[in-house]
Amino acid sequence: MDMAYLIETVIKVVVILLVFSALAGIGTYFERKILAFMQRRLGPTNVGPFGLLQVGADGIKLFTKEDIIPTNVVAPIFKIAPVITAATAFMAAAAIPFLPAFTVFGYEVHPIVADINIGILYVLGVMAVGLFGPLLGGMASANKFSLLSAARAAAVFISYEVVTGLSILAPIMMVGSLSLIDFNNYQIENGWILWSQPLAFILFWIAAFAETGRTPFHLIANDHEIIDGFGTEYSGMRWGLFFIGEYANMFFISFVIPIIFLGGFGDGSIFGALALFGKMAFFFFFFLWVRAAWPDVRPDQLMWLCWKVLMPLAVINVVITGFVMMF
Amino acid sequence: MEQFNNRNVADNGYFMVDIEDYPTDGWGKFKRIVQRTFRLELFVGLWVVMREMIKFDIHTISYPQEKMPIGPRYRAVHEMKRLWESDAERCIGCGLCEKICISDCIRMDTKIDEESRKEVTEYTINLGRCIFCGYCAEVCPELAITHGGEYENASDQREHFVDYDYMLTPIDVMKANAQKEFEGFGAITPHEDERVKKTPLSY
Repeated sequence: MDMAYLIETVIKVVVILLVFSALAGIGTYFERKILAFMQRRLGPTNVGPFGLLQVGADGIKLFTKEDIIPTNVVAPIFKIAPVITAATAFMAAAAIPFLPAFTVFGYEVHPIVADINIGILYVLGVMAVGLFGPLLGGMASANKFSLLSAARAAAVFISYEVVTGLSILAPIMMVGSLSLIDFNNYQIENGWILWSQPLAFILFWIAAFAETGRTPFHLIANDHEIIDGFGTEYSGMRWGLFFIGEYANMFFISFVIPIIFLGGFGDGSIFGALALFGKMAFFFFFFLWVRAAWPDVRPDQLMWLCWKVLMPLAVINVVITGFVMMF
Repeated sequence: MEQFNNRNVADNGYFMVDIEDYPTDGWGKFKRIVQRTFRLELFVGLWVVMREMIKFDIHTISYPQEKMPIGPRYRAVHEMKRLWESDAERCIGCGLCEKICISDCIRMDTKIDEESRKEVTEYTINLGRCIFCGYCAEVCPELAITHGGEYENASDQREHFVDYDYMLTPIDVMKANAQKEFEGFGAITPHEDERVKKTPLSY
């Protein structure tokens, strides 16, 4: 293997890890502030200017808290579960092109760790592996709330993986490739996939909420029903890893949606890169917006929505796309 | 007043909310779902929270820096008042407050002084026990013990005593004519009449 390639990849991995760990922290700040403003509160104000250093205070708290392994838990699984959530969230980032290619000191940098030809499949697959975090964490804990949460996690993820996969199938048929770079290039020539596949866009967007466990489908860890679900018995940095995983997932899915449906970073100009960040920011904001406005659904409503509404729609969408492409 | 005398509520702008019958068959349920989906009901909620964010009408009070004014009827830590005429203590040591205190948190000790008047030698209130019911202030024949507005009385112990000297109006405050009278249990908040609403009891 080429040495330069190796060094470049390692640098990219480190940069992505650092940037998105920090973003996950700042994401919690934005969530608190935006939720607070929407509910006519102020949010964090005391630590640092506008409460910006609240993230640091939370980090210090999480890192220095005692790492408690309760008596009746299955210790090895209990310990590994949060790592799965955080690790898979960051692994999924490997196939996401965050920026168009640019040149630094005469060296062309592709801001994607690995442009593999199954990019979107890899991203969704690894994100789906993240389900083992809540599932194993909940089942390894020794209380009913965690167990309920694990059962719900399994149900939610299995249902919504179907919708995610089927809704993305129609754009994949049109592009004819699974690489996210190819998705981007296809949209330079043919316009945004959003205009040709609006239904797939909406379905994928809805499924993204289940994929990240955000509010309309937050029943995996619904505070008012099952305490913190799988996180009930976790403390300190292990709980923090779940948190980082959730927020990193939100950021990555907010990148994936615009790349697949909204033209990605466009033709590679600086404007395109900024536009991608703008779109990402909107989708991240929408996660928070929805959390302020909408109630959570019950597990049975969620199943109903998935299997009786979204999945048939996705299948119909795929069939129609197939017919249109054939004739 | 008239609007309360007229008890025929049906003509007063009240109307029945139009609630559709709950669908029983599959087709009805399907129609309801389609209606709800394409009427974009979810976006009403999104608009409401976005509107509140844009209006930025924040209701938070940054508590240690900002404080709400509290009403004159508020019953917080007790105060001992002085007489306006002579600046002497109002308390005559009758012991009624100690007697009536239902949580038994007032303890006082008195003696006969050289002018053969009763003088308070010890007077403590255990705020850990006090339930701030206001009986002591109500029973006091001299309006000596009253409630003040000092509500920041967090303590690191359950037993938290305040004594006579702590509660007594300082003599320099008294000289400056700055002693505040407790307006009592019937007192209303200033400008309350602007906010008060008529209730059906007004007739």
